[in-house]
Amino acid sequence: MNVPTMADMMAQGKQPEVLFWVGAAGSYDDRAKKISRAFVKILHAANVDFAVLGTEESSTGDAAKRAGNEFLFQMQALMNIEVLNGYEVKKIVTCDPHSFNTLKNEYPSLGGGYEVFHHTQFIQNLISEGRLEIDKTTLKGKRVTFHDPCYLGRANEVYESPRDLIRRLGVNLTEMKRHKGTALCCGAGGAQMFKDAEKGNKEINILRTEDALETKPQIIATGCPYCNTMMTDGIKFKEKETEVVVKDIAELISEANGL
Amino acid sequence: MNYISNVLFGVLLIIGIGFFLNNIQKLYRNIKLGKSINRNDNKLQRLKNMAMIALGQSKMVKRPFSGFLHIIVYVGFVIINIEVLEIVVDGLLGTHRVFQPYLGDAFYGFLIGVFEVLAALVFIAVVLFWLRRNVSNIKRFLSKEMTGWPKRDGNLILYFEMVLMSLFIIMNATDTAFQEAGVGNVVSQFVAPIFESYSPETIHTIERTAWWIHITGILVFLNYLFYSKHLHILLAFPNTYFGNLNPKGQFPNSEAVTKEVQLMMDPSVDPYAMPEEGAEEDVPEKFGASDVADLSWVQLLNAYTCTECGRCTSACPASLTGKELSPRNIMMKTRDRLEEVGRNIDENKGTFKDDGKQLLNDYITPEELWACTSCNACVEECPVSIDPLSIIMDMRKYLVMEQSAAPQELNMMMTNIENNGAPWQYNQQDRLNWANEE
Repeated sequence: MNVPTMADMMAQGKQPEVLFWVGAAGSYDDRAKKISRAFVKILHAANVDFAVLGTEESSTGDAAKRAGNEFLFQMQALMNIEVLNGYEVKKIVTCDPHSFNTLKNEYPSLGGGYEVFHHTQFIQNLISEGRLEIDKTTLKGKRVTFHDPCYLGRANEVYESPRDLIRRLGVNLTEMKRHKGTALCCGAGGAQMFKDAEKGNKEINILRTEDALETKPQIIATGCPYCNTMMTDGIKFKEKETEVVVKDIAELISEANGL
Repeated sequence: MNYISNVLFGVLLIIGIGFFLNNIQKLYRNIKLGKSINRNDNKLQRLKNMAMIALGQSKMVKRPFSGFLHIIVYVGFVIINIEVLEIVVDGLLGTHRVFQPYLGDAFYGFLIGVFEVLAALVFIAVVLFWLRRNVSNIKRFLSKEMTGWPKRDGNLILYFEMVLMSLFIIMNATDTAFQEAGVGNVVSQFVAPIFESYSPETIHTIERTAWWIHITGILVFLNYLFYSKHLHILLAFPNTYFGNLNPKGQFPNSEAVTKEVQLMMDPSVDPYAMPEEGAEEDVPEKFGASDVADLSWVQLLNAYTCTECGRCTSACPASLTGKELSPRNIMMKTRDRLEEVGRNIDENKGTFKDDGKQLLNDYITPEELWACTSCNACVEECPVSIDPLSIIMDMRKYLVMEQSAAPQELNMMMTNIENNGAPWQYNQQDRLNWANEE
C-alpha cells in the first residue's frame, strides 16, 4: 500500500497536510499493524495528503516516562522533536492515545509544538469537511460497546469523537456501566503492557472484558492498540472469540466502507 | 454581677482557638517542607474550580446517595455555625440570645427554625453515614487500610456530630422562654415534653449544661480536626484552588533532566571540558521522591486534605483486582510519614534529625508503586482534587533514576527503546514494513 515518507515528500519538495504518527505498536505489533493499514485506507479514501516518518520515527518515550525513566523519555522526545521540526511538521494524527497524549501535552515545553489529533478526531473532521462518508448499512444493527482508552478519555477528555463515529456506523451502541470518566483501564497503561502484573486476584483486562461482556456485544470497539491487545486477550480467556470481535474504530470504518 | 462564667468562657475560647492556631501553624510548616511548585497561574480558573468543586460539591454528587447526604451535613455544618457566633457573644457578655432583640422575634425565630431543621437532617444523615460505614457492606470502608485508627477516627467524627446536633436541640428544648415564645422551635418543641416533668430549676440547669457542653464540644472538635482525617472541611478549599489545571495525561517534564539531555545532544559541547574556574558546579538534583520532603507542597497538602473516603480506591483497577496498591493508602501513608517528620522536627528544636526512615519502603513499597497503570481513575474520582498518581510517578522516578530498581521486564523495555526506538526488540529499519504486509 502506498505510504509515503516525509523523506520522500521532502525529496519531491512537497509538504503533506498531516503527519501520520504510527507509533511502536502500530509499526511492529501484528494486531496493531492492521489498525495502521485500516487507517491508511481511510486516509486514501478521503484523499488526505499524508506522510509517515517511517524508519525515522522512534518511540515517543511515553512508556519510559511512565516507567519512571524521565531521562530516556526526554532523550526520545528531543530526538523526535528534532526530526519533526526538521520536516516543519505542523499537524500530527495518530491511532495511539499514548503517542497522542505525549506529543500533544508533553512535547510542547521541550520545543515541539504541534496540532495533534487522535485518529477518531481526525476522521470526524474529514466527515464534517465532507471528505468522507461512513456507510451506515454494512454494520447496521450490530451490538457494539466502546472501551474508552484512559489516555484519550480521562487524560484528555476526548469522549465524543469515537462515539460519534460509532453512531455513524448505524450500529447499536451500548455503554458499559463504567464508561467515559469512570471507564476502567484495560490494564496496559503506565508501562504495565511490558511487564507481568503484581500479585492480585485477577488480571485487569479480564475484569474489563467482563464489563464489556455484560453489554452482550458483538463488537468491542477500541481506539488504542494496547487496549485492543488487552481486550482481545480477555475475550480469548473468556472463550468468546466466536461471538465477540475486538476492533479498532478505524477498522470498523474501513470494513463498513468496503475499503 | 457574677463574672465568673464570662471569664471562664473567655479562657475556654482562648485555649480552644489558641491550641487550634498552634496546630495550624504546624500544619503549615509541615506542608512547606515540600518542594516549591508554581500553582499561582490562572487565578480565575482556580477560583472557579474552588467555587465549583469545594463550595459547590460538584464532584461529590457523582455518587448521588452519599453525595446528597454529604451536602446535607455540609450545608448544615456551615449554616448552623452561624449560631455559634451568637453563642460566643452570649458567652463573653453573659447575655442570652443576644441577637434576638436586634433581629426581631419573627426573623430570629425563622433563623433558629432553619438551624433546628438542619440539625435534625444532619443527625439523620450522620446516622445513615454510620450505617454505611459499619453495617452496609460497602467495600471501600472495609479495605485493609480502614482498620484500627482510621476506622475509629471515622466513627468518632460521626459520634461528635450526633452529640453536637443533639445538644443544640436539647439546649433549645430546655430554654423555657424560647419554647414559650414559640417561634423557631420547629424541632425542639417535640423534644421539650421530655423535660416537662422536671422543675424549672432543673430544666434551666439542663439548658445551661447543654449550652456549655455544646460550645466546648465545638472547640474540642475544632482541635480534633488536626489529629483526624477531617481536615478536609478546611483544606478542601485551598486544595481545589491549587489543583492541577493541565490535562490529566500531561505529566510534568523535569527541567533538570532537560538541561542534561540538551547538553548531551549538543555536538558543540566538549565532553572532556573542565568546569570553568569559579563557575558554580551544578548541584546534582535528586530525581524523583523517596521521602516527603522530595514531594511538592501541593502533594503534601493533598495528603492532609484526604478524608479517606476511598472513592479513588474503589475505582482503581489495581485495587479492584486485589493488588497491594490503594491510592487512598498512598495518601494516608504520605500523611503518616509527614506527621512523623513533623514530630521529629518538634522534638529536635526545629530541625529534622535523620531517623533512618523514609516514605519509600518504610511506608510505601515498590510493589504498590509498580502496580499502577497511570489510568487517572483515582484523580478523576477525588471529590477534592487530590492527585495520588503524581506521588506514585515521582516515587517510580526515584526507583528508576536513582536506584535503577525497575522490574526486570521494564529494564528490557527501556533498553529496547534506547537501542531501537521501540519497547520491543525489533530492527528500526523494519519500522515501515507494516505498509507492505497485506
